Amino acid sequence: MSTPRTIIEKLWDSHVVAEREGAPSLIYIDLHLVHEVTSPQAFAGLRARGLKVRRPQNTFATTDHSTPTTPRALPIVDPIAKAQVEQLETNCKEFGIPYFGFQNPKQGIVHVIGPENGLTQPGMTVVCGDSHTATHGAFGALAFGIGTSEVEMVLATQCLLQRKSRTYEVRVDGTLKPGVTAKDIILALIARIGVGGGTGCVFEYRGSAISALTMEERMTVCNMSIEGGARAGLIAPDDATYQFLAGKAFVPKGAGWDAAVARWKTLPTDDGATYDHTISIDANTLEPMITFGTNPGMGIPVSGVVPDPASISDPLERDSLTKALKYMDLQPGKPLAGQPINVVFVGSCTNSRMSDLRAAAGVLKGRKVNPKVRMMVVPGSMEIKRQAEAEGLDKVFREAGADWREAGCSMCIAMNGDQLQPGEYSVSTSNRNFEGRQGKGGRTFLASPLTAAASAVTGVVTDIRALKS
Amino acid sequence: MAKFTTLTSRMMPMAVDNIDTDQIIPARFLKTISKEGLDKQLFNDWRYDAEGKPKADFILNAPEWQGVAILLAGDNFGCGSSREHAPWALTQWGFRAIISTSFADIFKSNALKNGLVPVVVSREVHAKLFALVEKDPQAQVTIELASQTLSLPDGTKVEFPVDGFSKHCLLEGVDELGYILHQMAAIEAYEAKKDVELNTLQPS
Ligand code: SF4
Repeated sequence: MSTPRTIIEKLWDSHVVAEREGAPSLIYIDLHLVHEVTSPQAFAGLRARGLKVRRPQNTFATTDHSTPTTPRALPIVDPIAKAQVEQLETNCKEFGIPYFGFQNPKQGIVHVIGPENGLTQPGMTVVCGDSHTATHGAFGALAFGIGTSEVEMVLATQCLLQRKSRTYEVRVDGTLKPGVTAKDIILALIARIGVGGGTGCVFEYRGSAISALTMEERMTVCNMSIEGGARAGLIAPDDATYQFLAGKAFVPKGAGWDAAVARWKTLPTDDGATYDHTISIDANTLEPMITFGTNPGMGIPVSGVVPDPASISDPLERDSLTKALKYMDLQPGKPLAGQPINVVFVGSCTNSRMSDLRAAAGVLKGRKVNPKVRMMVVPGSMEIKRQAEAEGLDKVFREAGADWREAGCSMCIAMNGDQLQPGEYSVSTSNRNFEGRQGKGGRTFLASPLTAAASAVTGVVTDIRALKS
Repeated sequence: MAKFTTLTSRMMPMAVDNIDTDQIIPARFLKTISKEGLDKQLFNDWRYDAEGKPKADFILNAPEWQGVAILLAGDNFGCGSSREHAPWALTQWGFRAIISTSFADIFKSNALKNGLVPVVVSREVHAKLFALVEKDPQAQVTIELASQTLSLPDGTKVEFPVDGFSKHCLLEGVDELGYILHQMAAIEAYEAKKDVELNTLQPS
């Protein structure tokens, strides 16, 4: 009998192209997703070397990061962003890469449209010049972010030089309490292990609480693996995965589909396989989470208090916390709930899918956004936008006083003009709260769509469970 | 890629943990389609005030720290976004090495591809280096890649890890793409063997 293997090892083994003594392994990439920000210098590199794209049919591009979320009929105002979006189109045409451009009805955030169109499939290696590529791990794919030099390598050769990561089992068992979501699972994990906790590892999320998640919720969890320091995070495929994918645009049909499912069923971790690290989280005890600081590991239950640097013994860690609280202008020992906010952002590849929009709309229905708060809702793709409008969610948002926009990364990264003003506080459903991430001087509290919507109503950081009906 | 053999320099101290790539270069400067001029935005939001004037109290602006090639930074340097603009900006400014107790995975990989050497030291050595710079900002250290050693002014030598392959690329100034292109036969063989699995992307 062969040694039991984890899904992470199976994916690795089946993608090794060549191994040489003293060098990293050559790994084959099944799906390469490309966007406007991290690719122009890679295409320029190909031109300089006179190289072609090796497999355009395994490559797919869209525009999202610097793309405006204003109506598509309007021109792109920022000339630098416009040039970048247009450069992507030029590059895709020249190198024969399929893409959903700015005006395409299926355009959207790269990590949203991949799964939405069935580009992301179990058993694949997926890369993109974007650290949240781990999102695609929700389908049982080994998916990780790469830099622009690597984008060029994959375009040219469909391969990358990689070292095997260590395996890290994240077990989440039990049942989530009402008001507690997939976002809270991942924020709780990162608060526990810290932003460097998973460095050098790939997470496999498993356990009864993970199996119970929908595919959209699984994407939320895998999405933020990088915030825990891991290069990738994945969940073994199961019936929920196959149901989600069946009939999607790019998946095989007919006999090809049956054969694919049969292959995918061999992926889950074998009984008896072991991991380099393991952590166990009890879902029953989780609370809605929120971050208070300037990295995603600085998270607390929304009912908790801001930690005190004086209680930390490591001097560098203490200084970092002090610096974070100064930037956030928060007092140690005080509860975060009740903190006034200026902006609420619902969107990003973490939480911009239908279930996220439904959750936020469910809170806002029959309520108003507090007059002191500006709320932006940005669907992850134009497809999601249409579907939400068909369900009338846009009406709920508009009637509550929120701004309903076109698809893109928007204020997650604040490259397209959607941003916080210096000193403003936001509750955001995105994934990063670094200094200035959502606009220079802006202050971000990361939370779930439920917490974000509840806070929009009250104008202060709010525990959804305390929201009066 | 520029070769890296030995480097002797003072160390610019930046005692902050988890310096993320949004601090190294904020996202709004990533709209460029070239690699040039990114040094102007290195640590932009720590470096310039609201009017865009250099802040006198930020170390990168201090006249006495210009030309320094080693950054001494806190734990988990380079976490966050995968933007290669971060090592591009750091090297364009003049950094050739960064010393820390740990680096984020993608940043490390990007740095090595751009001739920027991540030097990992123990907590003790890290603390000693910060103490050294505080006492004597002129103190120089030497990084020798071939022997993977960091030499302190008191004669102490500490070893740091670099994988053999990256070391070879840095010492010779060769890049990974060239190396992969030499393995086309293996890539073609793999593709032939995996034909079915590689063709499950079927636009309908
Ligand atoms: S939504 Fe944010 S995290 Fe996701 S791809 Fe866009 S910028 Fe990156």
